[in-house]
Amino acid sequence: MNDTVINLVGVTKSFVRGVNAVDDVTLSVARGETLGIVGESGSGKSTLLRMILRLMRPSAGAITLDGRDVWAAHGRDLKGVRRNMQAIFQDPASSFNPRQSIGKILAAPLEVHDIGDRASRTKLIGETLERVGLPATTVSRYPHQLSGGQRQRVAIARAVIMRPAVVLADEPTSALDVSVQAQVLKLFREIKAELGLTSVFVSHNLAVIRQVSDRVAVMRHGKLIEIGTAERVFSAPESDYTKALIDAVPDPFRRFRAPVELESGS
Amino acid sequence: MDIRSRALEDGRPTLSIRDLTVDFPKRTGSFRAVDGVSLDVWPGEIVGVIGESGSGKTMTALSTLRMLPKRAVVSGSIELGKRRILDLSPAEMRKLRGDRLSFIPQDAMRALNPTMRIGRQVGEPLVLHRGLPVRAAVSRAVDLLKAVHVREPERRVEDYPHGFSGGMQQRAMIAMGLALEPELIIADEPTTALDVTVQAQVLKLLKEIRDREATSILFITHDLGVVAELCDWVYVMYRGKIVEQGSVERIFTDPRDDYTKMLLAATPTLFPREAAI
Repeated sequence: MNDTVINLVGVTKSFVRGVNAVDDVTLSVARGETLGIVGESGSGKSTLLRMILRLMRPSAGAITLDGRDVWAAHGRDLKGVRRNMQAIFQDPASSFNPRQSIGKILAAPLEVHDIGDRASRTKLIGETLERVGLPATTVSRYPHQLSGGQRQRVAIARAVIMRPAVVLADEPTSALDVSVQAQVLKLFREIKAELGLTSVFVSHNLAVIRQVSDRVAVMRHGKLIEIGTAERVFSAPESDYTKALIDAVPDPFRRFRAPVELESGS
Repeated sequence: MDIRSRALEDGRPTLSIRDLTVDFPKRTGSFRAVDGVSLDVWPGEIVGVIGESGSGKTMTALSTLRMLPKRAVVSGSIELGKRRILDLSPAEMRKLRGDRLSFIPQDAMRALNPTMRIGRQVGEPLVLHRGLPVRAAVSRAVDLLKAVHVREPERRVEDYPHGFSGGMQQRAMIAMGLALEPELIIADEPTTALDVTVQAQVLKLLKEIRDREATSILFITHDLGVVAELCDWVYVMYRGKIVEQGSVERIFTDPRDDYTKMLLAATPTLFPREAAI
């Protein structure tokens, strides 16, 4: 399969002897696809994402990005891996340096990877901010001066400014109000489609996962419980756990009909 | 007939808030967090107050508990039964809190005393308000924990809070809130920090308590799904004001306010309408 971008084989992480935070997970993500990973706390979904991101070394198994082993890569290969894989986290307030302006935060990855000169970087930063719906004056602002939704737009800008192949997101809208969440999810989907990004999206929120994902993986106690198209997993779940999870969601539209405007993201 | 129309026929609401305004003085002028809110909770009714951050929902709850920061300027009236809450002395208020009125916060771990065993802690209201000896209070705590479905309560009363999972801690908080059989429980996002499967159990428990004890519950949340699942009557808050109220059925099937409509449209769902996909 040459359209596989991310491939995981037998990925395992053990923190304590005998207990695996992630236990023998094998899955792949195709080009242009969004894989949603859903699970409750302690399911290992964030640990799995951190291992793909190269923030945490697996105890066993292999992770490849475009056929290159992300953990064996070094030198130029490693720089390529890093450039091609960007992340968005739950709380950008803690993943941004509070003493750097937004302009500086967005310029950093370009400088590290030696992309363009000063003038072209400034131009690219302006264009990217505009694309995520923020005014050009945002460059001189600091993270604490922005709202949660604005900060998450900056996080998206920082992730895509490098034109990566892959964007990995860990609960990117969990700290936001629903109205802001809807806007950020809409932006995420638009940009993903425009740039043809491949993505992995981790969340505890089944409805959010359903909205953004092409395929869905359900995790529990470190294990992959089931994986399939979003449509199939939510309409005909195979495992009892997935069924129980869906039943537990307090979804207003289980009892009452959803408004028609729902999918427009308005 | 729903609870509200039944209640309207005989008597008075458990909680009645009229024209509540909460201002926070600033260097210039002031910030109005709650702006003329009026709401009622009838006996045995579960009332939801839904809003996003900054809507004033938590400030409304804290006003009722008289737990606002000192600098807040409050006007209007809040009546719990016949007691006018805003006119009570701090000592009278302390007596009321826990006794007629109890509070379940979002973060049980932070609300529980980490150095006190669960049994002693759940039984504490009985010691403070009813003068029960500690031993008797702990044995009553066993019953209370049983009522909120904590397994092996005789053994668990000996545990410290850190030995409890998040869901268990929230159950312990609810058990403590039930100790004195209050008329009204105010719950501020009590299930927001919990996993969905645990949340479903806690919501079921709250309904069970209402059905069994006819306790009124004022439930503060940002989650429309939780409201749909749990509440009888709903108030929608936006920027300090109530923009719409109605039965849960009516709010979801026939929302009239633009903000309510927007909230409904923005809420992601597992059950999208066929036409919308």
